[in-house]
Amino acid sequence: MRNRTADETQFMAEGDIASLDGGAAAIAHAEEPSPPSRMREFWRAYAQNRGALIGLCLVALLILLALGADFIAPDPPNEQYRTFTLAPPAWHADGTSRFLLGTDPVGRDILSRLIHGTRLSLLIGTISVAISLTLGAILGLVAGYFRGIVDTAIMRLMDVMLALPSLLLAIAVVAILGPGLVNAMYAIAIVLLPHYVRLARAAVIAEARREYVTSSRIAGAGALRLMFATILPNCAAPLIVQATLGFSNAILDAAALGFLGLGAQPPTPEWGSMLASALEFIQRAPWVVTFPGLAILITVLAFNLTGDGLRDALDPKLRRS
Amino acid sequence: MFGFVLRRVALIVPTFVGVTLLAFALIHLIPGDPVENLSGERGMDPERRARLLHEFGLDRPLAVQYASYVGQVLRGDLGSSLTTHESVAREFATLFPATVELAFFALLFAVVVGLPAGILAAVKRNTAADYTVMGLSLTGYSMPIFWWALLLILFFSVQLGWTPVSGRIAVQYDVPMTTGFMLIDTLRAGDMAAFRSALSHLILPTIALGTIPLAVIARMTRSSMLEVLREDYVRAARAKGLPRWRVIVVHALRNALIPVITVVGLQVGLLLSGAILTETIFSWPGVGNWLIHGVQSRDYPVVQGGILLIAAIVITVNLIVDMLYGVINPRIRHA
Repeated sequence: MRNRTADETQFMAEGDIASLDGGAAAIAHAEEPSPPSRMREFWRAYAQNRGALIGLCLVALLILLALGADFIAPDPPNEQYRTFTLAPPAWHADGTSRFLLGTDPVGRDILSRLIHGTRLSLLIGTISVAISLTLGAILGLVAGYFRGIVDTAIMRLMDVMLALPSLLLAIAVVAILGPGLVNAMYAIAIVLLPHYVRLARAAVIAEARREYVTSSRIAGAGALRLMFATILPNCAAPLIVQATLGFSNAILDAAALGFLGLGAQPPTPEWGSMLASALEFIQRAPWVVTFPGLAILITVLAFNLTGDGLRDALDPKLRRS
Repeated sequence: MFGFVLRRVALIVPTFVGVTLLAFALIHLIPGDPVENLSGERGMDPERRARLLHEFGLDRPLAVQYASYVGQVLRGDLGSSLTTHESVAREFATLFPATVELAFFALLFAVVVGLPAGILAAVKRNTAADYTVMGLSLTGYSMPIFWWALLLILFFSVQLGWTPVSGRIAVQYDVPMTTGFMLIDTLRAGDMAAFRSALSHLILPTIALGTIPLAVIARMTRSSMLEVLREDYVRAARAKGLPRWRVIVVHALRNALIPVITVVGLQVGLLLSGAILTETIFSWPGVGNWLIHGVQSRDYPVVQGGILLIAAIVITVNLIVDMLYGVINPRIRHA
């Protein structure tokens, strides 16, 4: 019992409504040109936004870099060329084309470390958003579906988590778990959690009163089926948008934790910890600090652009809070 | 209105309880107990360990420990730092004005620049000005502020030599601290050179910390203005023949500001998050810097007390913002 319903329009543009009611409506409008598919319609709305396109291209490029880091990076990330410590970038008067973006204080190629860092950053983003989204959607669904004391308990807990500034909460979690890349991911997943819970809960409460849910319930669907198979797909849009924007938060917070020495530990080529470990050379060799930061900025910008574009294309009514 | 205030206050009580639970749990979730941390590498004989555990009250049931913890918190006793042996509450109170000073100016900077930028972008929609403002604000929003702070230091302090690199005031000035706010204290002391020094120390941290709130405020102002500019009463005001600036400032802006004020209020959490990084980079003697040192030196009473106090401040400020919002927008009050 999984009828397409008008409520799925959250995913679609207005023009699609005609195709939604399934068989009957489609026959009635058979002579009209068939409306574009959902995917095409979505893509048209998305592609109108130039910023979103740029963001998507950047994200694709970053994924490519992350996947192919071993082949693309000119050097292994931790290989130390002791005769080339703090070599400036290639375009600098004293630079060498051997190391395009220069080398760090122990002679490691910065470009190679940055490329390998892409892999880490995207991994941190993927894992922490995945944990947070899954857990958040479940908690939100449960809270919004059952209401009552379960709802109150979950939402009060989320309020407590939201009362702490995000970085502070992450630091508190790392203080408990101990510093390190993996613990930083857990910390970030916890920090991001309340946003997903709130979104999922709000969407469930809005959807649960709709007729398609009632009809599904009358047809005998159990609570689990109603929550996950009937309601969840219809609240996917805001969650998808939040997940994309969550990527940028995750990457920023991971870099901040790395910078504070609480995230990835040296010699891991994580951008934030690369920046921190080169701090004392900032005056003599500004490039050791400039490029990792630029990498963070570009990556975060790419995900923000993509997220904004997705939000506008999926649902013009959604606004970033 | 009174009922509204009462309801909102009642709503935050469970949140406060939750925060004390979190802070309490922090100490019990960390690997090893405080006694173990005290004993260091060499370990401790079981008899002395048991005595210390009893002394700290750590051998009592958790519920009893929690109740006594809450009792202590309510009396304002947050324990003492393991490194300085000072009272955590007193240390926080001495350092907090520095953070407030920084956060205040950062927010001021964000509003003073962000608001006009957002209005400009909305009024000149789809022009180069709009694209510039929105592009810059998206960049600002995506900025890793620890890096941004370093770039500012690199350019303004190192390259141009305009501003000092770190600290709150040059070392040669010895100003009696009465309020804890450097700008006020230097003025009260009547020392203009010290005041100028304090001001120049404040500039870069203010910009670094204010950038993200600025971007958020500019975006919010723009979208809120765009919405209001579409309203009938704006069209009516224009049709009456009022000058364009008057329509924008008097008719549109006043209504567009309502959501913006909420957003400004909600920046407090963001500011305190950012303050941790900004203070670390500029060696600003505030609570963010203190907390990071606490985490790095595993000074758990500091971490526990700091988290509790900061959360309490954020909750309180959010409550005040919420009520202000009710004052400006009567529709919320009766919802």
